[in-house]
Amino acid sequence: MRREGLLALLCLSGCSGAQTAFGGQGAEDANFIQLFTVFMIVCTVMYLLVSAALIVAVWRRRRTAMVVEDCNHQATSGVVRPALIGWTALIAIGLTALTLVGFFTDRSNARNGSHPQLKLTVTANQWWWDVEYDWADVSKSVRTANEIHLPVGIPVEVTLKSNDVIHSFWIPNLAGKQDLIPGRRTDAQLLPRKTGLYRGQCAEFCGTQHAQMALDVTVESKADFEKWYGAQLQTAPVPKTPLQLAGYRYITTRECASCHNISGTSAGGQVAPDLTHFASRRSIAAGTLPMNTGNIYGWVADPQSQKPGNHMPTIGLKADDLHGIVAYLETLK
Amino acid sequence: MKSAAERAKLPPADVPRDGPNLTGEELETKLSTTWSNPPGFVGWLSSVDHKDIGRRYVITALVFLALAGVLAIAMRLQLARPDNDLIGAARYNEIFTMHGTTMMFLFAVPVMQGMQIYLTPLMIGTRSNAFPRLNAFSYWMYLAGGLLLWIAFVLNVGPDVGWFAYPPLSGPQFGVGKRVDIWAQMITFTEVAALAAAVSLTATILKQKAPGMSLARMPIFVWATLVTSLMVIFSMPSVALASGMLLSDRLVGTHFYNPAERGDALLWQHLFWFFGHPEVYIIFLPATGFVSEIVATFSRRSIVMYPIVVMSLVATGILAFGLWVHHMFATGLPRIGYSFYTAASMSVSIPTGLQIFCWIATLWEGRPQLKVPLLYVIGFIFTFVIGGLTGVMIAAVPLDLQLHDTYFIVAHFHYVLIGGAVFPLLGAITYWFPKATGRLMSETLGKIAFWMIFLGFQLAFFPMHIAGIYGMPRRVYTYPAGMGLELPNMLSTLGSLVVSTAVLLFVVNLVISARSGRRAAPNPWGAPSLEWATSCPPPPYNFPHIPLVSSRTPLWDAGEKLPVVHGLRVEDRELVLTTVMSAEPDVREPSPEPSPWPLIGTVATTAMFVCSIFSPWAVLVGVVPVALALTAWFWPKSPRLSGSL
Repeated sequence: MRREGLLALLCLSGCSGAQTAFGGQGAEDANFIQLFTVFMIVCTVMYLLVSAALIVAVWRRRRTAMVVEDCNHQATSGVVRPALIGWTALIAIGLTALTLVGFFTDRSNARNGSHPQLKLTVTANQWWWDVEYDWADVSKSVRTANEIHLPVGIPVEVTLKSNDVIHSFWIPNLAGKQDLIPGRRTDAQLLPRKTGLYRGQCAEFCGTQHAQMALDVTVESKADFEKWYGAQLQTAPVPKTPLQLAGYRYITTRECASCHNISGTSAGGQVAPDLTHFASRRSIAAGTLPMNTGNIYGWVADPQSQKPGNHMPTIGLKADDLHGIVAYLETLK
Repeated sequence: MKSAAERAKLPPADVPRDGPNLTGEELETKLSTTWSNPPGFVGWLSSVDHKDIGRRYVITALVFLALAGVLAIAMRLQLARPDNDLIGAARYNEIFTMHGTTMMFLFAVPVMQGMQIYLTPLMIGTRSNAFPRLNAFSYWMYLAGGLLLWIAFVLNVGPDVGWFAYPPLSGPQFGVGKRVDIWAQMITFTEVAALAAAVSLTATILKQKAPGMSLARMPIFVWATLVTSLMVIFSMPSVALASGMLLSDRLVGTHFYNPAERGDALLWQHLFWFFGHPEVYIIFLPATGFVSEIVATFSRRSIVMYPIVVMSLVATGILAFGLWVHHMFATGLPRIGYSFYTAASMSVSIPTGLQIFCWIATLWEGRPQLKVPLLYVIGFIFTFVIGGLTGVMIAAVPLDLQLHDTYFIVAHFHYVLIGGAVFPLLGAITYWFPKATGRLMSETLGKIAFWMIFLGFQLAFFPMHIAGIYGMPRRVYTYPAGMGLELPNMLSTLGSLVVSTAVLLFVVNLVISARSGRRAAPNPWGAPSLEWATSCPPPPYNFPHIPLVSSRTPLWDAGEKLPVVHGLRVEDRELVLTTVMSAEPDVREPSPEPSPWPLIGTVATTAMFVCSIFSPWAVLVGVVPVALALTAWFWPKSPRLSGSL
């Protein structure tokens, strides 16, 4: 753990974190790294100049005759004026250059999304992400939650909406952030360049569980993406064992169905994450827990102790019901 | 100058006035009787002496700093390890909201205004400030606002939506309960307090400068005070409007920020940051004023290129109003429009760069004495420049979109606000401590505290840059392991412990020195400005005779004895007013007596503001006691005082 941290501290680019602006796996983030390097160089030079001048100014303490003890405290030597002009010119030129580089990088980022080949809509909620892949033909559309899959090398346009408060959509390995603002529509352009598993996170404070509002991002080959997409188009499988059937009955007839949707069943709630392919995801409750049987048990039994304040109530399930629900949820691949 | 002094004619001999015939001990006894507070506790509460008000402001603000510091330590302990469960989500959100709100509204702005209230009349050579009762009202309102917020926090109704409280999260639908109402009403208190102080300071500077202290001879700290006071006057109405509209959305069902009813959530951000960005400079510019005074005194020479420093202050004050959108680069406003705010944000570094040049040039041309105040200034330059340069980085949209709302920003604004404002403040407290208490602070303890604060600060905040780039958003109560965030966070926590120990040491030094520090002569540092022309601590009337100024550094140029003007009444409170530009004597003006009514007015206003959180009718009923208190406050006293000329 410590070595990992030290590595993170030392290396300034090319580290392979799942949630870092120094990843560079998206076109916009690659531009960020380049631009950051340029700014870093210019700023370091300026800092060294100021520091050097300050250190020399303090340590030389020469016998100048331009102090109050010599009754000449208003005089200045001849170098001050040219130095001031030079310093001002240096700042002005440096700033102009940085402003222009920044501006053209921004234009380049804006062009990334000019011809999107895939469109999705991400709607933020306290504290989870609703994800829809939009096609003109509605039967080809897919809805999922807290995860997005993207084919590598394909420009994507993401329409951003919010159902409650302001959130911010941020997958640092791919691109900068964009706010999701109720009553407004914003958008983000992504152009993933490398396959991999990344993590996004809400970046605008949005209430109690702001910290636990992550998004699992999978960038994969076109073939893998199409395979995943095909699977997502399927409706939920029919429960096979008696235990799964019991869980299925509970979910579709009791509390769960009023909030959650499971395609192919009568559970059609629209205010909580879609569960149709729940078990195929990497995490539970927007990145709160890794996906595994134990965590599904923990989450379903007592969501309020796992993620206090979230909108899923702890309802005091009986053990039998709990076993059934978990067994059924695990079939939702 | 002399003709001007003559124009203020020697008055008839019916009332005693200071002058060649009335000087020395006799004069001082009379002035003391006239300018002292009434005896007892009521007299203490009635004080309108700017030195009392300023001292109360600074001490109260330091108490709030300590409270906010305790919250900072709590946050750092929670974040020391990933998936820590020391503090829960809801409590953590309250803590960071209280930390930010306290630091910005109850510490940073008030402490600067407190220093300004204490120092300005002394630095410009006058007996009191303008509207001293308004000034007293300002302090009591500030205290009431701070108490409201902290009592609410202790009673578990403290705000939990962040110090900039974006709706709809802070709106009636999502910010349930009274937490946000208390936050928004606290804003009302502090903005009334800040506006009152700013008006008083502006009038004091423009009309009460000692004869001969033209604008071009004002100390740079006074210039900084003038610029920031005008900035307060122009920016505070914006947040007043914003928080008023938020309260009305929450309490009487308007829909200013409700998108469902054609309101706009972004309207808040525009109004808030139109105040919020200038606020940063309202905190920072007085600090640059401290720096200019300290650099000149400890370099033993005048500041190099005074006009450039002054113009930089003014330019920063103006540019500060054109940057607010750089807080909103991720909100999806038109991209081309952003370039204007990028350019404006970057251009602020020109005046700031010029000021830094002038300070370094002054040290270069002078003979710097490395006493504690100057150490803080050097620490300030090393630290603040990093914050300024990261500011240049986040002015560029493509960089900001990644770094915005991450720990990189947390690092940036702590470098700017602690490095840029608190370091100079600690230097300034050390520098002016003998003026206020008559005793010098310990140099040894001061140096130890400085080095611990300086190094501890770097340890606490530099790693935050890295945490931010490594994907750590701000305002999270925890973070997962394995993202490379463990080490930077642990270092930050250790650094914060070093800083807090050092601040404690600074406070210990304050207390010990106030009791048993070395006694200070009137001008212990050999400084050039007028506040050092009077005793340490100054008498209630500040100066026995009003000084006559003929240069920017009067105490360095006046020779043996500072020239003075005569002719102010000594049995009534009287000031000499001068013209705005060239400070020629204009009129003699009575100055209000101590009064308990500013305090009583504050109690009435507080009742109205607090009750209005619970019922809008409180505004209607509550104005009656406020009006009564104001009437008593402004009741004309004796005819002898009015029209005294």
